[in-house]
Amino acid sequence: MSFRERLQSWRYNLVPDHLVGEILTKRWTDNAIPFLALVVTLATFGSIIPGFFKLTSLQESTRQLGEFSMVVTGMTVVMLGGGIDLSVGSIFALSCFSAVYVFFILEQSIWLALATSLATGLVFGAINGYLVGYLRLRAFLTTLVTFIFGRALFDILVTTYAADVQLSTATSDVLDFIGDSTFWGLSVSVWLAIILAIVTHIALTRSRPGWHVLAVGGSRRSAHNAGIRVRRTVFMTYVFSGFCASIGGFLIACRLSGAGPGTGLNLEIMALTAAVVGGVSLGGGRGSVIKGLMGAIIVLTMTNGLIRLGYGTGTNQMVLGIMLAVAVTIDIRWLKNRHKVLNEVYVAPVYLKMGATQSAAPGSGTPYELDNRLSKADHIGLGELEGPEDVILDRDDNLYCGTRHGEIVRFFAPDYVRSEVFAHIGGFPLGLAFDKSGNLISCVGAMGLYSVSPTREVKRLSAETSRSWTSIVDDARLRDPNDCDVAPDGRIYFTDSTKRYDAHDWALDSIENRATGRLLVYDPKDGSTKALLDGYRYTNGVCMAHDGKSLFFAESWACRVHRYWLEGPKAGTAECVIRDMPGYPDNINRASDGNYWMAWLGMRTPSFDLSLRHPDMRKRMTRRLPQDEWLFPNINTGGVVKFNQTGGIVEAMGDLTGGAHPMVTSMREHKGYLFVGGILNNRIGRYKISGADPNWTSPASYWGAKS
Amino acid sequence: MAALPLGRKRDMNAIGWPNFRSLNQEGIVFAIAVVLFVAAAIGLPGFIDPNNLLAIVRSVSVLGILALGMAVVIIGRGIDLSAVAIMAMSVAWYLQLLNSGTPDGLAFAYVLAGVLAIGLLNGFLVAYADVPAIFVTLATGSFVFGYVRSQLITQDAVPVPQGHWVELLGGLRFLDIPIEVFVFAGLAFLFFLFLRYTKWGRYIYFAGDNPVAARNIGIPVRPMLVLRYVLSAFVALIAGLLTAASLHSINTRVVNSTLLYDIVLVAVIGGIGLSGGRGGVRNVLVGAALIGILLNAMTIIDIPLLYQNLIKAAILLGAIIVDGVINPRDEQTAQQGDI
Repeated sequence: MSFRERLQSWRYNLVPDHLVGEILTKRWTDNAIPFLALVVTLATFGSIIPGFFKLTSLQESTRQLGEFSMVVTGMTVVMLGGGIDLSVGSIFALSCFSAVYVFFILEQSIWLALATSLATGLVFGAINGYLVGYLRLRAFLTTLVTFIFGRALFDILVTTYAADVQLSTATSDVLDFIGDSTFWGLSVSVWLAIILAIVTHIALTRSRPGWHVLAVGGSRRSAHNAGIRVRRTVFMTYVFSGFCASIGGFLIACRLSGAGPGTGLNLEIMALTAAVVGGVSLGGGRGSVIKGLMGAIIVLTMTNGLIRLGYGTGTNQMVLGIMLAVAVTIDIRWLKNRHKVLNEVYVAPVYLKMGATQSAAPGSGTPYELDNRLSKADHIGLGELEGPEDVILDRDDNLYCGTRHGEIVRFFAPDYVRSEVFAHIGGFPLGLAFDKSGNLISCVGAMGLYSVSPTREVKRLSAETSRSWTSIVDDARLRDPNDCDVAPDGRIYFTDSTKRYDAHDWALDSIENRATGRLLVYDPKDGSTKALLDGYRYTNGVCMAHDGKSLFFAESWACRVHRYWLEGPKAGTAECVIRDMPGYPDNINRASDGNYWMAWLGMRTPSFDLSLRHPDMRKRMTRRLPQDEWLFPNINTGGVVKFNQTGGIVEAMGDLTGGAHPMVTSMREHKGYLFVGGILNNRIGRYKISGADPNWTSPASYWGAKS
Repeated sequence: MAALPLGRKRDMNAIGWPNFRSLNQEGIVFAIAVVLFVAAAIGLPGFIDPNNLLAIVRSVSVLGILALGMAVVIIGRGIDLSAVAIMAMSVAWYLQLLNSGTPDGLAFAYVLAGVLAIGLLNGFLVAYADVPAIFVTLATGSFVFGYVRSQLITQDAVPVPQGHWVELLGGLRFLDIPIEVFVFAGLAFLFFLFLRYTKWGRYIYFAGDNPVAARNIGIPVRPMLVLRYVLSAFVALIAGLLTAASLHSINTRVVNSTLLYDIVLVAVIGGIGLSGGRGGVRNVLVGAALIGILLNAMTIIDIPLLYQNLIKAAILLGAIIVDGVINPRDEQTAQQGDI
């Protein structure tokens, strides 16, 4: 290995590039940027301003934060529903004035003041909701206008009654308590804000009305088509926003014991900036109350911090403007390009140097030498089938295979002309096996391990195993269950080829070549699924040895076959029995002469082998070229290989014309014939094996003669 | 032209008196303006006086100029909420530079560059970053005000230096009519020619009506978007210079006033649909006429400014509701997140 190659292998095999892509698939990465901004903001201002974290200083800031975060919570809900509410500042101010008016001028009880305050917010919110929800006006302009309207009204009221409020002698313990006292170290407004946030969060994530809000924000048309009352839902979000703003207004009325021309000024742009900086998406559907709160803290810290640092008039607007523009742009660009970025970085190829192999070319004289025998096979279901990955026969000689439509099709003996859909499962049924009582076990790609009884009842056996501690993408889910076989004790051994790609993206896994394939076992006694082996390059076919004490499984992209011991001194360990084959192995099944059949789904090529030693080249390829032009393993030709117990190659056959069986993913011997399937083929082939036992059947081999 | 529906074509070809039978918003508004004018002329003393009429025209000139810029942006399915901030702050910065001794040519070059930069920034973020116009311009408006106010100027109002050409501009009269009226008229005519007779002017309608289709037929939708915001920014600068000329100073507090909503009001009430693709210079003139008469009448009746704001807000709300009913949002071309 040259020095350059060794460097490459270190670079690509030791640096976990794939984690970047896996982390990006997580929804919580949306929170990462606002959270980072929060930490940076707090750290910056905390270090610049002396006494920033002092209790008294925090007390005053948090009181303001309580009021502000309530408004932001309301704004967040409106934005989640796909709207926007710029009138929160006016609602806040008017609610504050209502409370002040009722308490100080009419000298009524504080509770009546609270009720009036809330009523003001609800009515104002209902007006917004009616205009935007039911009349379907544009949210931004409509609430902008109601904002001006409310502000004009407030200015008139405040100038009219300011003197009367000053002269009022009304006092209340409750008001003082709400305005000035603390409860367990936190002010009432903070407690209320926390309670409101929790209730709203639970309502949004765990209640029907909350889901409706998210659904409407996510896709208005789809929500309408799903029967959600879109207009009423939108209406309710504005009412809720009005409610939140009015509580905030009531609290500031208690805190300041009055209302002034500055009450609620610039609150709408602050609340909007807070929500957007926190990561609540414009246009709805994405975001959470927590994000809104993070944004609220960032914005308030920034603006208050700048005031305390002594920056002049206008600084707030400047900072808010920058924050809003940057946050909105990031939000829009991120939403738009996230999947593109993910597509680009998710495939993270590793280095692999494949061993030298013997040729499979006709006339090469090696044991792998392919001939043209399979081209002479009869065809079954030609043109009716799409993608019979695996084929199997039952005791009555009927033939079963999966199709890419998620069905298991049965062809009737003896001529295999008539067929029926035996069962519909969904996904892509791949590997098949019969258990002792005649249930058909199937590994269904993208779904899990299924069982179909002779009376056609479909039952899911397993779709997940336990999750490993270090996983980032969920490796408990079975992404690509590929082949299975049943042990004499009834346990089902099966493979899950990759943890990183879904079943239909198997070709991407071949380019990445990362070893994430597993061998698992399903125990029917307790229904548990356990991973036995991990870290193979695309585990594929599984076959129980004739004596039932070990099993063979194929590792496709490494061109190897391993033997896993169930009993004996090597129980629980695997050893490699065939290495460096010229083809990529797929399913393995028993042969009548005590050997094993193995399918080759494709053949190695020098060019692809070379590319495996150049992960940088494959990475560039996946980023810069359209998928059609990528270098893939050659799956346009394959074959069938027979090997013995110890891994010695007995014979190989193929279809050199490529007309009938260019690639083979499965073969099953039955009464002297070999039935051949291919995942990209449109038929099942039937080939008469010369010299094979005409009475041998697979069910009998596994479970004994018919009782 | 062939791409426009027949009904609209007829509207736009009807130069002069609107067609009352079709009863579109513009016609209604024009009728209301006429009725108001007649009522005020009869009911309010001194309204019909030539000096007062001149005051009306003068008062709506700056508003009208700003509304022209806004109209072009709205026709292209956008909105420019930073117009007032650009208007006030660019001129305030210009005057501050002059007061602190910067040579006139250099100061003006700075301001032109600044205005161009903000226009380009608006346009770039809307066109190429796909951020909704409303947020972009809200943010840049806030930024422009905050940055200039906190970093570049020292107090809210900046006076025009003695004997400067801006001051002289304010004193210019032709036939006893102030210069801004002629500027408004001239700009209105230029915009009319641009929107009606130039290729890019027609393209704005296509792009506003259906941006995706416009892009598909090969119209350079994105560069044109940028152009519109730059245009709007320069129009705002002109309006700001005229304001400073007539008042001999510029007060930056105007940014926080309701002037911005008056501009939207003039455009929307004149019948320029907020969903884009319809309207023209005539709509701006009709809207400006109505608002001018209304404001003047309210001032003569002596309604306090605060109540005037309330009334204007109510009218704007009414206009938006009517706009929403007349030009309902098209669910097929409206995009998710278009708020």
